[in-house]
Amino acid sequence: MELDAITLSRLQFALTVMFHYIFPPLSIGLGWIMVIMEGAYLKTGDKEYEAIARFWTSIFAVVFAMGVASGIVMEFQFGTNWATYSRFVGDVFGSALAAEGIFAFFLESGFLAILVFGWDRVGPKMHFFSTVMVALGALFSSIWIVVANSWQQTPAGFHLVDTGSGVRAEITDFWAVVFNPSSVHRLVHVWIGCGILGAFFVLSISSYYLLKQRHVTMAKKMFQVALSVGLVMSLIAPISGHFQARNVAATQPAKLAAFEGHFHTSEGGAPLYLWGWPSEKERKVYFGLAIPGLLSFLVHESFVKPVPGLDQFPEEDWPPVWLSFQTYHVMLALGVYFIGITGLSAFLWWRGKLFDTRWLLWVLVFSVPAPFIANEFGWAAAELGRQPWIVYNLLRTADAASPAVSAQQVLGSIIVFGIIYAVLFALWLYILDKKIKRGPEVFLAKDSTEAQSSSLLDVASALTRHEGASLTATNGNGNDNNN
Amino acid sequence: MGLNELWFALLGVLLTGYAILDGFDLGVGILHLVAREDKERRVMLNSIGPLWDGNEVWLVTFGGALFAAFPECYATTFSAFYTPFIILLFALIFRAVSLEFRSKIDSPTWRSLWDVAFWLSSAVATLLFGVAVGNAMLGLPIGADKEFQGTLLDLLRPYSLLVGLLTVSLFAMHGANYLLLKTDGALRDRIYMWAWHSFGVFLVLYVLTTIFTLVKIPHATANLNKYPVGWLIVVLNVLAITNIPRALFMHKPFYAFISSACTIAALNFLFGAALFPNLLVSSLNPEWNLTIYNAASSPKTLGIMAIIAALGMPFVLAYTSVVYWTFRGKVEIGKFGY
Ligand code: HDD
Ligand code: HEM
Ligand code: HEM
Repeated sequence: MELDAITLSRLQFALTVMFHYIFPPLSIGLGWIMVIMEGAYLKTGDKEYEAIARFWTSIFAVVFAMGVASGIVMEFQFGTNWATYSRFVGDVFGSALAAEGIFAFFLESGFLAILVFGWDRVGPKMHFFSTVMVALGALFSSIWIVVANSWQQTPAGFHLVDTGSGVRAEITDFWAVVFNPSSVHRLVHVWIGCGILGAFFVLSISSYYLLKQRHVTMAKKMFQVALSVGLVMSLIAPISGHFQARNVAATQPAKLAAFEGHFHTSEGGAPLYLWGWPSEKERKVYFGLAIPGLLSFLVHESFVKPVPGLDQFPEEDWPPVWLSFQTYHVMLALGVYFIGITGLSAFLWWRGKLFDTRWLLWVLVFSVPAPFIANEFGWAAAELGRQPWIVYNLLRTADAASPAVSAQQVLGSIIVFGIIYAVLFALWLYILDKKIKRGPEVFLAKDSTEAQSSSLLDVASALTRHEGASLTATNGNGNDNNN
Repeated sequence: MGLNELWFALLGVLLTGYAILDGFDLGVGILHLVAREDKERRVMLNSIGPLWDGNEVWLVTFGGALFAAFPECYATTFSAFYTPFIILLFALIFRAVSLEFRSKIDSPTWRSLWDVAFWLSSAVATLLFGVAVGNAMLGLPIGADKEFQGTLLDLLRPYSLLVGLLTVSLFAMHGANYLLLKTDGALRDRIYMWAWHSFGVFLVLYVLTTIFTLVKIPHATANLNKYPVGWLIVVLNVLAITNIPRALFMHKPFYAFISSACTIAALNFLFGAALFPNLLVSSLNPEWNLTIYNAASSPKTLGIMAIIAALGMPFVLAYTSVVYWTFRGKVEIGKFGY
């Protein structure tokens, strides 16, 4: 592999989008859980739910900030690094990105202000409304961006036009673009991935509290909500994944063949590998465990119908087989793991033994990277399997970069992105850790001090001094804040 | 007015909205080090805390809309400005995280580190916006293939640097006017002084830029001469500028703020008028200019986007107003803030 501008731009795109994608699924997943918690507070009036909701809001804020900071990079990167691609697709999916800005980001960022800063400025109902709007905004933004991505996987609703300075895709049918063959399947699958991630994140933290005997009643409440979400989402992930795989078989058969290391079109039924080590050179899978006929069954619902292998495609149109295979299989394996672990937890909960099964709680504490990996690897599989096309069967990745940008420029930006992202990520973990160690109790404690100490007069005098009630000072940390 | 002209105008609206709104919070960033102790700095941060993110979305939407409406211009400009744009992105990243991270740890070194990061990233981002506008006024070496043919040095010309500095002083003044509405006490007195300083610097740079533009860039005034009504904007611009010292002197910060907002709007309008109907002027050959016709998406896309904008904009304005209304008044450092 040569380090030319294309390769470097690909590396940079992979780095920046994978960094970005750490945060949005977490904000989408946490968003739902916050809605449930705050809804429970509105319904029951239980102060503990309120503290939980505030706690998660404060975590959400730092997740969101990182999502925004890394997301702006994505929006501009199409133009900076992929100018030819932008000229080709702009007519079709520029509108999706613009719609994302107008419909989703304004909604999210507007109500986020009220969500984070507005606890004492608006009533509980308005606050709940803002939480719902932020969660909705996060969902909306995933719709448009996933539509754009799906269009480049399975283009529809366009025709090719020669503009004089090159060919480009122009829209003919807006709804055919939005509902292109893969967008709905992909969107559902992505949302499920977000739900699993949010659930495991909350499960990990509440298990930690339970093990440390801190905030126990609140931890149990969070645990319950998260476990229910996690179990349901884990169970439906393979169903939606199965629909996706069938769809891939129909629309991008070379990608499916790469996912499964299926080099030779079989005479009869095609096997499904649970794991393996595909070799592109020798066109076979080493160390594999194959279940005969299963791939045919998944694709055609028949154990004996052949599935086209990579030999049906010219070699220059092959995706990188080894990487597609492995990333795809890691995602599948983790999907099975999620079902196992949430299933077991739910079973023990039902038997009333869950909170005494310490090893399981420890496993949950340390499971939090798994759904991140599943999400990232799922995307990597989807995007790698699309290669060598940037827009499937229409534009090759190798032809799509910016002619005006040199390899040195991209190398420079990759290095700086790498350093900055590493530093930010470390800081982010550090701050999360501090917030988690402090826990939701401060939000309760604060309220009770407030209830005791704030006569109307106190509050009024505090306001005129512009210092606020400085309630934070009571927990020994005068400058800290809840955000 | 056809769809191409409509989208040129709408992009102008998005850019103006961005410059006015993010302008004041970038300005607060540029003035950040005027605040001395921790509490004052937190007042500064909290004055924009709930608002800066929403303000920045105007830029994100501007980027998306430029991509959709004029993809050729988006592709050419962003790849031509590769290095400055990457620096701009770093600045925006650092701004976002310095706001979020600064108050999370109670250590003076930590905090002053992020204070400096916040100040520097605000100043750099503003400077780069100005430099970009300056370059767009001058034109760039764009070839027949619509690709940029120059080098980084072509972007660092005296005029574009001048416009960069002008923008820094303009946003600093705008931010000071905003802070006069939001702060109190000793901090406010110092901001008041800085409002005057930044106005003075702005005035000098404004005069220089105007002279430079009139002498060096003949196409800048061509449209105004063709449509003399445009001179009205020039007059309004001058009126808005003279109103700033008047309002400051009379201690009417709200008027000063409105006036600086109008100044920004008028300058944006003049920028658009200077370009129209070009988006990017080629300094090599006027035939190769990117215009709102040869760089545009198909009429169908422009139409779809007009519908999206018509559906979306009322909502955007509605929640922007709700948020600004919720956080009106002077800053109180309370439980929920930085
Ligand atoms: C927590 C996350 C997560 C989990 C548990 C799974 N996936 Fe997944 N998968 C994703 C997260 C993800 C993703 C990140 O959301 C992707 C990337 C692009 C997309 O559409 O979804 C994806 C892509 C993706 C694709 C490629 C779609 C395409 O290229 O068009 C297939 C075929 C599957 N998945 C199938 C499955 C199956 C059968 C699973 C069952 C165990 C599964 N996934 C679990
Ligand atoms: C919306 C438009 C998108 C475009 C235009 C796009 C385009 C690209 C490009 C240009 C690359 C680098 C070249 C390559 O494919 O090897 C890439 C790789 C990648 N993309 Fe996408 N992508 C999009 C959406 C996404 C999204 C939303 C994600 C997930 C967050 C994603 C995940 C990835 C990953 C993980 C890679 C790395 C794989 C690799 O190195 O090839 N993509 N994509
Ligand atoms: C190539 C792919 C992507 C691009 C270009 C992109 C672009 C952006 C931009 C510009 C922002 C910042 C908006 C703001 O200022 O608030 C952002 C944030 C966000 N993006 Fe992405 N994005 C991509 C992939 C994705 C995917 C795949 C999802 C979801 C499935 C997603 C969901 C979000 C969400 C929810 C936010 C809000 C911030 C947060 O919640 O952390 N994005 N994105």
